[in-house]
Amino acid sequence: MDEACIVGIGETAYVRKPGSGLSTLGIQLQAAVRAIEDAGLEGSQIDGIMPFPNLGHAESFAANLGCENLRFQSIVWMGGAAPVASLRVAGAAVRQGLADYVLIPAGWNGYSGPRARQTVAEDVSSLPGGAIARDFYLPFGFSAPPQWYSVMARRHMHEFGTRPEQLGCIAVAMRKHAQRNPNAVMKGRAMTLEDYMASPMLADPYRLFDCCLETDGAAAVVVTTPERARDLGKEPVFIMGAASGQPFPADEITNRKDFFQTGLSLAAPEAFGQAGISPRDVDFAQIYDCFTFEVLQQLEEAGFCKRGEGGAFVEGGRIELGGELPVNTHGGLLSEAHVLGMNHIVEAVRQLRGDAGERQVANAEIGVVTGWGDFGDGSIAILRRA
Amino acid sequence: MNQVETGIPKPLPLLEGLAGEFYGYCKNGELRFQRCRDCRSWRHVPREMCAGCGSWEWEWERSSGRGRVFTWTVVVRALHPAFQEACPYAPVVIEMEEGVRILSQVTDCPPDQLEIDMAVEVVFEDANEDVTLPKFRRGTS
Repeated sequence: MDEACIVGIGETAYVRKPGSGLSTLGIQLQAAVRAIEDAGLEGSQIDGIMPFPNLGHAESFAANLGCENLRFQSIVWMGGAAPVASLRVAGAAVRQGLADYVLIPAGWNGYSGPRARQTVAEDVSSLPGGAIARDFYLPFGFSAPPQWYSVMARRHMHEFGTRPEQLGCIAVAMRKHAQRNPNAVMKGRAMTLEDYMASPMLADPYRLFDCCLETDGAAAVVVTTPERARDLGKEPVFIMGAASGQPFPADEITNRKDFFQTGLSLAAPEAFGQAGISPRDVDFAQIYDCFTFEVLQQLEEAGFCKRGEGGAFVEGGRIELGGELPVNTHGGLLSEAHVLGMNHIVEAVRQLRGDAGERQVANAEIGVVTGWGDFGDGSIAILRRA
Repeated sequence: MNQVETGIPKPLPLLEGLAGEFYGYCKNGELRFQRCRDCRSWRHVPREMCAGCGSWEWEWERSSGRGRVFTWTVVVRALHPAFQEACPYAPVVIEMEEGVRILSQVTDCPPDQLEIDMAVEVVFEDANEDVTLPKFRRGTS
């Protein structure tokens, strides 16, 4: 494809105590301003905005940033899959001339504000199958993402012999990467596989260290066409392929014929087809890591290994920096911060610009970034350096 | 085990629409799922129409009540305050003989004794005077 590219990235500090001190809009604006500056643009040039579902209106962003010519806005209602799915929509929008420069922000006070764990456990109305969860899940105490997804992890363990230590390898890899990232909340807090195994059980088989962080932070990117990127004098990162998909049914997690099918199962072949490459050609992957097993499952469904082989794939340092496929070089949601996966996109761009410092993947040319949301919605973008 | 008083009421289904009909049968001690009149496929959760054949014709057909444990999680730390005192408890996905899966609990089985493919059968548990939940107990295999 190469018909759209990312020209600007921005992030706030990622923090827990004492919190960002900013509003949900304010923290996202801070990231947005940095992304717009990084692109060499003025706020007034942003004419498209794609907010994260339930975290802000395009109008509010535009009013603060001075976007006087806002002519495109859209929200992709796919939870944590939204940022990467928005990349795809933004790419189509700039190619079609719906907008010149599309801003995609995401962020929240997930630590100092309402905790991530509470946002869905006590209010299911934001879920696509909210009434289903209310009527058929919550009365039985099946009330939150670690519980919903851990039933998949257990079934995978049953069918394929996947072991807790293999989930631990994922958590440990993310934590190692965070030690090389000054903005990672878990920098300075090393973790061994023994630490992982000793962490308290929350929703068996998920332990505490299988679960993403709750943090304050925001990130943003700006998407435009390669022609405009050239005029900005900025080395763009090209979107080679991007797709999103949903499992069937997407609003109910227990009655899928193929229990392990996710949106990514459909989206990944589409995106790799557009890019004209295979998973073997990928130098790193930033995989949406709400929980450890979701990383393993997405590696399988994206085609980095066969279904059932994910447990062996994540062992032996293969997904660590220096390994065959470094995953979440920033530390991910598990050890950098939970910025709804927008931090995964920013990190992918940073790697492809060669700006990742001591965690730089040598000669990184092609990277993958995925999103996961709601009951298994999926999105994927395949990016390459200029 | 599941009826510990916490002071915080456990969430209950809204008895509206198709879900209300489903729970109405439960109150009468019947587990019924929708079954398409045209292609005869069973479905759960309740839907307006058959996603398989497009038919709007369906009926509430009685389930055998028998199924097998498909997978589960053990909630050790509740993420909903009403379930804190019930911990540890296990939300269980049960695959019914009819082929549909239902999320419930196995009331007579401690979480550490659950096994995949364990036979279970439905029992009905009154949550209050209006709502009866379909739960399960160990069955004969």
